[in-house]
Amino acid sequence: MRTHARPWWQRALLTREMLTVLILVVAWIVAASVVQGFDGPLTITYLVLDVAPVLLIALPMTLIIATGEIDLSVASVVGLSSVTFGLLYQAGLGLWSATLVSVLIGAVCGAVNGALVAYGGLPSLAVTIGSLALYRGLAVGLLGTTAVTGFPEAWTDGATENLGESPYPVITLGLIALAAVFAVLLHATPFGRNVLDIGRSKEAARFSGVDVKRTLLILFVLSGAVSALAGVYYTLRYGSARGDNATGMELQVVAAVLLGGVSIFGGRGAIHGVVAGVLLIGVLGSALRLESVTVNVINIVIGTALVVSVVAPRIAGGLRVRRRAAAGQRT
Amino acid sequence: MPNAAPTLRLEGVTKSFGPVAALRSGTLVVQPGSIHALVGENGAGKSTLVKVVGGVHRRDAGVVELDGEPVDFAGPAEAKAAGVAVIHQEPASFPDLTVTENIFLGREPLGRFRRIDRRAMRDKASGLFRNLGVDLDPDRPAEGLSIADQQIVEIAKAISLDARLLVMDEPTAALSAVEVRRLFTVARGLRDAGKAVVFISHRLDEVADLCDTVTVMRDGAHVSTDAVADVTPDELVRRMVGRDVAELYPKVASTPGEVVLRVEGLESTGTFHDVSFEVRAGEIVGLAGLVGAGRSEIARAVFGVDRYDAGRVTVGGRPLRPGDPAAAIAAGLALVPEDRRLQGLVTESSVVRNVSSVARKRLARLGILLPDAEARLARDWSGRLAVKAGALDALATTMSGGNQQKVVLAKWLATGPKVLMVDEPTRGIDVGTKAEVHRLLSTLAAEGLAVLMISSELPEVLGMADRVLVVREGRIATELSRAEATPEAVMRAATPGASRSDSRTEGAA
Ligand SMILES: Nc1ncnc2c1ncn2[C@@H]1O[C@H](COP(=O)(O)OP(=O)(O)OP(=O)(O)O)[C@@H](O)[C@H]1O
Ligand SMILES: [Mg+2]
Repeated sequence: MRTHARPWWQRALLTREMLTVLILVVAWIVAASVVQGFDGPLTITYLVLDVAPVLLIALPMTLIIATGEIDLSVASVVGLSSVTFGLLYQAGLGLWSATLVSVLIGAVCGAVNGALVAYGGLPSLAVTIGSLALYRGLAVGLLGTTAVTGFPEAWTDGATENLGESPYPVITLGLIALAAVFAVLLHATPFGRNVLDIGRSKEAARFSGVDVKRTLLILFVLSGAVSALAGVYYTLRYGSARGDNATGMELQVVAAVLLGGVSIFGGRGAIHGVVAGVLLIGVLGSALRLESVTVNVINIVIGTALVVSVVAPRIAGGLRVRRRAAAGQRT
Repeated sequence: MPNAAPTLRLEGVTKSFGPVAALRSGTLVVQPGSIHALVGENGAGKSTLVKVVGGVHRRDAGVVELDGEPVDFAGPAEAKAAGVAVIHQEPASFPDLTVTENIFLGREPLGRFRRIDRRAMRDKASGLFRNLGVDLDPDRPAEGLSIADQQIVEIAKAISLDARLLVMDEPTAALSAVEVRRLFTVARGLRDAGKAVVFISHRLDEVADLCDTVTVMRDGAHVSTDAVADVTPDELVRRMVGRDVAELYPKVASTPGEVVLRVEGLESTGTFHDVSFEVRAGEIVGLAGLVGAGRSEIARAVFGVDRYDAGRVTVGGRPLRPGDPAAAIAAGLALVPEDRRLQGLVTESSVVRNVSSVARKRLARLGILLPDAEARLARDWSGRLAVKAGALDALATTMSGGNQQKVVLAKWLATGPKVLMVDEPTRGIDVGTKAEVHRLLSTLAAEGLAVLMISSELPEVLGMADRVLVVREGRIATELSRAEATPEAVMRAATPGASRSDSRTEGAA
């Protein structure tokens, strides 16, 4: 028997992910030729700096959505981690130890979500809407409406500096490395296979010896930890630790993941598609901002793109059925 | 003559799925008052033909006529309205609805003020079950029904339609002799009332017992149609697979070794009680019993996907953590579950992913899976089990029922288990491959594998097992040696005492 029904280039190119990559390329070309100043080196720098937290959080979110669950508390964890990082700095901790403690707190936040979902059997949508409010409340409660600022320049420079003379910030390397780690995890390890199996059939996964609960717990812990890391980055990038940092970012993350071809029903998704989805949102955002379009309109554009990307496969599927039916009638 | 036309006539019907030609030339003529068998290898196109008749698939070309009238159903509802009732191979019920609601979905009897007459509906359902000789609670939700009970619900649903044509796609695959007999009684009743019945099965003795005409299909095309009396089973098999088939139940003698699996006092309130047995290396132990006796539940508890309330399980002398399938697998246990579509397979995954789904932990090098390793494993095992699919990356959901079953077997054999528990291992598998599966099990047992085999097909249990444990109402009623295990002895032990008013006992002696 043949291993594959179609040749390799078809399998690689005719995918939902490549569609997002294609749209990204087209959007880039259009923006570069139409929008004044889009193709300058500064655009790339700001693009990377802006999408970095969304990209970070989108990586574990991809795995969570691939299991059919969701984590809506991520932006609140960013806020909480920003606050704890600021307070720890005030208390005199160094950069790495403050980061480490913040990430650990994020992991605990994720573990609470994960335990309630996996072992409590509660729907992740409800659990993480609850913890979205809870973690944001904690963040704002800890610092009030004030902000911690005045971080050492060496720290903030690290978050925004470029690699030598190139337009790419130093953090690009970290982003690429983490994306690669998640890509390997999802696409080339037994754990990643289990994640997709859970999204397709929890029952069948359980009968194959997959510890569904533990897998979900691990994913939520990862999500919390990575969100906290994004929180530390966010704080240093803007030089300000505030309880309301990154409010609403969860929507951008989920939008990017779905635009990247991950099925909201679980069982389907790829990291390269999600990276393209994140960049697509980034390109649309910065192009429209350069054109002085208001945030409101940008949100409308991104929202429309999201709805289209979720609805389009449905319509395509429906058309195929209709065409087949029409073909049947002819005979 | 008003009844000159056959009830159903298909001629030259074709149906392709992309590049896969599932049906190349489907031809079937069924007369009223006849029970017509449709047989053929796994993937021969039987279910595809049935789905065309039932309005699930639209044919690409060809003729379909009902009572001489050409028909072209756009959906199952149209087929139903035209008097065609279909029992599909893979029953699909609504888990949140009750059994009764599932049966009458969309055609509930209406009472005064056009309200659904629940009482009438429930009474009808009970009547149907009484007719079929099963004691299923009409008010229970469909969720969690065993495959056999789901099959019963499908049968009840189809019968209640009172159609002119009843098509049954492997209705008996999960049923034991008693239920099969009741189903046959009902089918004969329909035939005598002038209805046409199409019956698909891989059990040729059932075909000989029930049907008057038999059509053989191979590779999506019609091969032959004869009166059942005119062809021998061997001849049928030859036409189905195009060659002679090796003997079924090839028993390889082996000397049992150490006890590998020991189950002591296993107890699950309301399901099974005080279950103790052991399986030695090199031994095949059969678990026989009626549908619902608790055989599958015992296997599931041992494997750890279900919890139990008391007792213990040891593998190779080491106690096994309850409720932990991963630990069971690590200890060398394997379970081919009853329900291949919900439990055995991730139907939205490819053959490769399914076959390697348990073994992949072992295939990983430094935690990384190389795609080649998975494909090699899948190619090897699907070759050994004669899996037929378009390609190894075809989704399991697109495969024929028997081929799906082979993938489940492949997936567990690929783990190299010490103890293999199989629940209806050959459900839906054709005669040719069945012999291969039996030979494989026999050979593996001879090499030291311990096998616990649950099967509703008595000849399979009797032919393969060294010992037979008969389960009755959740208890191990009797243990029979290979010599003692005759069909009569097993049925006697399996059937609850005649003093009990259990409708299932009827006709079971
Ligand atoms: N939806 C589908 N997409 C692609 N291929 C399909 C689909 N449905 C069926 N096939 C293919 O069509 C062929 C015939 O399948 P079918 O289910 O009709 O076989 P069958 O005779 O019922 O076999 P079995 O005895 O195993 O039930 C198989 O090779 C199967 O893989
Ligand atoms: Mg079939």
